[in-house]
Amino acid sequence: MERPRTLFDKIWDSHVVDEQDDGTTLLYIDRHLTHEVTSPMAFKGLASAGRKVRRPSTTLAVPDHNIPTQNRAAGIADPEAKLQLDTLVQNCKTNGIPLIELLDPRQGIVHVIGPEQGFTQPGITLVCGDSHTATHGAFGALAFGIGTSEVEHVFATQTLIQKRPKNMRVTIAGDLPVGVTAKDMILAIIGTMGTAGGTGHAIEYVGPALRALSMEGRMTVCNMTIEGGARAGLIAPDQTTFDYLEGRPMAPKGEMWPRALEYWRTLPSDADAAYDKEITLNGRDIPPQVTWGTSPQDVVPIDGRVPDPSTEPDSKRRQAIESALDYMDLKPNTPIDGIKIDRVFIGSCTNGRIEDLRAVAQIVKQKKVASHVDAMVVPGSGLVKQQAEQEGLDRIFTAAGFDWREPGCSMCIAMNDDKLQPGERCASTSNRNFAGRQGRGGRTHLVSPAMAAAAAVAGHLTDVRELAS
Amino acid sequence: MEIFDRLSGVAVPLPMINLDTDQVIPKQYLKSIERTGLGKGLFHDLRYDMEDGERPDFVLNREPYRKSKILITGENFGCGSSREHAPWALADFGIRCVVAPSFADIFFNNSMKNGVLLIVMPQEQVDILMADAENPDNCVMTVDLETQTITRADGSAMAFEIEPFRKARLLNGLDDIGLTLQKVHRIEAFEARQKADRPWLYA
Ligand code: SF4
Repeated sequence: MERPRTLFDKIWDSHVVDEQDDGTTLLYIDRHLTHEVTSPMAFKGLASAGRKVRRPSTTLAVPDHNIPTQNRAAGIADPEAKLQLDTLVQNCKTNGIPLIELLDPRQGIVHVIGPEQGFTQPGITLVCGDSHTATHGAFGALAFGIGTSEVEHVFATQTLIQKRPKNMRVTIAGDLPVGVTAKDMILAIIGTMGTAGGTGHAIEYVGPALRALSMEGRMTVCNMTIEGGARAGLIAPDQTTFDYLEGRPMAPKGEMWPRALEYWRTLPSDADAAYDKEITLNGRDIPPQVTWGTSPQDVVPIDGRVPDPSTEPDSKRRQAIESALDYMDLKPNTPIDGIKIDRVFIGSCTNGRIEDLRAVAQIVKQKKVASHVDAMVVPGSGLVKQQAEQEGLDRIFTAAGFDWREPGCSMCIAMNDDKLQPGERCASTSNRNFAGRQGRGGRTHLVSPAMAAAAAVAGHLTDVRELAS
Repeated sequence: MEIFDRLSGVAVPLPMINLDTDQVIPKQYLKSIERTGLGKGLFHDLRYDMEDGERPDFVLNREPYRKSKILITGENFGCGSSREHAPWALADFGIRCVVAPSFADIFFNNSMKNGVLLIVMPQEQVDILMADAENPDNCVMTVDLETQTITRADGSAMAFEIEPFRKARLLNGLDDIGLTLQKVHRIEAFEARQKADRPWLYA
């Protein structure tokens, strides 16, 4: 009998082009997403070596990181951003790569548009010069972030030189309580395994709480896999996956659909497949989560307190806590609930999808953003924006006092004008609370969309479950 | 890729854990379409104050560390963003070797592809090198990739491990794409097979 295999094993094995004696593998890459920031040097490298893009049709390009979220018709004022964007357009034209342009209604964050267009599919290998590529693993794809040299390698060869990662399984038993979301789940997972806990592994997320999530929720979970150190996070495809994909523009069509479906159904891990590392959490034990520090592993429940470094025995960790508290301007043992905020950012590839916006609208409907808080909603894509406007969510947001913006990465990375001022404190639905991530000297607390909405209304971090009841 | 064989110079101590690539090179340097000239932005927020003046207390702003070639740091260095600007900035500054107990995966690959040697060593050994680096009189060391050793100021040597394939590529400055293109017939065979089995990927 064949050795039982995991979902990851099956995808990996079916993409091996060549394997060296030391295990170094030449892995075939089916799909490649690219954006304006990490691609120009790759295109330049190709050109200077006189090389061509091997299969241009397998790549999809879109600008997202370095673009304005308002007044787009007026063009891009920042000359550097404009050059980056023009360079992307030119490179795509020269190399015959499909591009969704800035003013196209489908434009958005790479990790939002890939699934939306049906570009992301089960069983494929998908890469992007961006660490949050794990998002696409929600469809049962092997998806991971790469650097620019590797982007160039994929362009030229449609392959990557890789070492096979190990298998890790994260099980979420039980159900999530009301008011607790996919974002809280992944923050709790990262808090448990640590920011390097998944290094060298591909993570498969399993369990009833996972199965119960929509595709949007599953993408939120897989998205932050890199925050636990693993490049790829996967969830086995099921009916939820197939229902989401059917009829999407780039999904298999006609007689191809049943053929693809038949294959996709063979992908889930075999019953007794082995994993090199395991962790298990119970969904019932996960309250809404908030980060207090400058690493996504610095996470506590909303009813918890800022940690006290003096109780940390390891000197390196104690120093890390001290410097994080110093940066965040927080005192040990301060209750999290009640920490005053200045800004709220709803968006990013973690939480910029329609379901996230609906969750926010539900909380802020007929309420007002606290007078000292500046709050913005940045949809993950033009199609999310359209959908939200059809549902009237934009009117709920603007009536409450939120800014309603054009889609893009925005204040998740703060390359454009959307940024925190030094010292400002933000409740953010994005994925990174690194020092300076949302603007130099800015202080980020990562939360779910519902928790960010509750903080916007209350003016401080607060338990959304109390606000809702 | 630039060859890495032997490197001798000042080692700079940065005893922090989980230093992410946003700290190595922040967002404003990601607007460039070039991979050169990033050394001035290396560790920007740690190195410069709000008015872009040097912070005198930051180690890279002090002698002899302004000319560092080797970095000694804490676990999980290079976590976070996939930006290859991180190794580009290190190399542009002049740092071609980083020693730590562990590195993040994407950063690891990115560095090795740019001729920046990353050396993983047990914490106790990193602690010894960190102490050397912290003492300006002892902070010069020599990294020899061929013999896989780091020679300290007192003349003693420490051995390190590296995968043979990576070592060969660094020593010879081999271009990955060139190597892969030698296998183009295998790539073509794979595509023919896959097209027959999963035609929807070729529609
Ligand atoms: S939204 Fe943030 S994390 Fe996602 S791709 Fe954009 S910058 Fe990266």
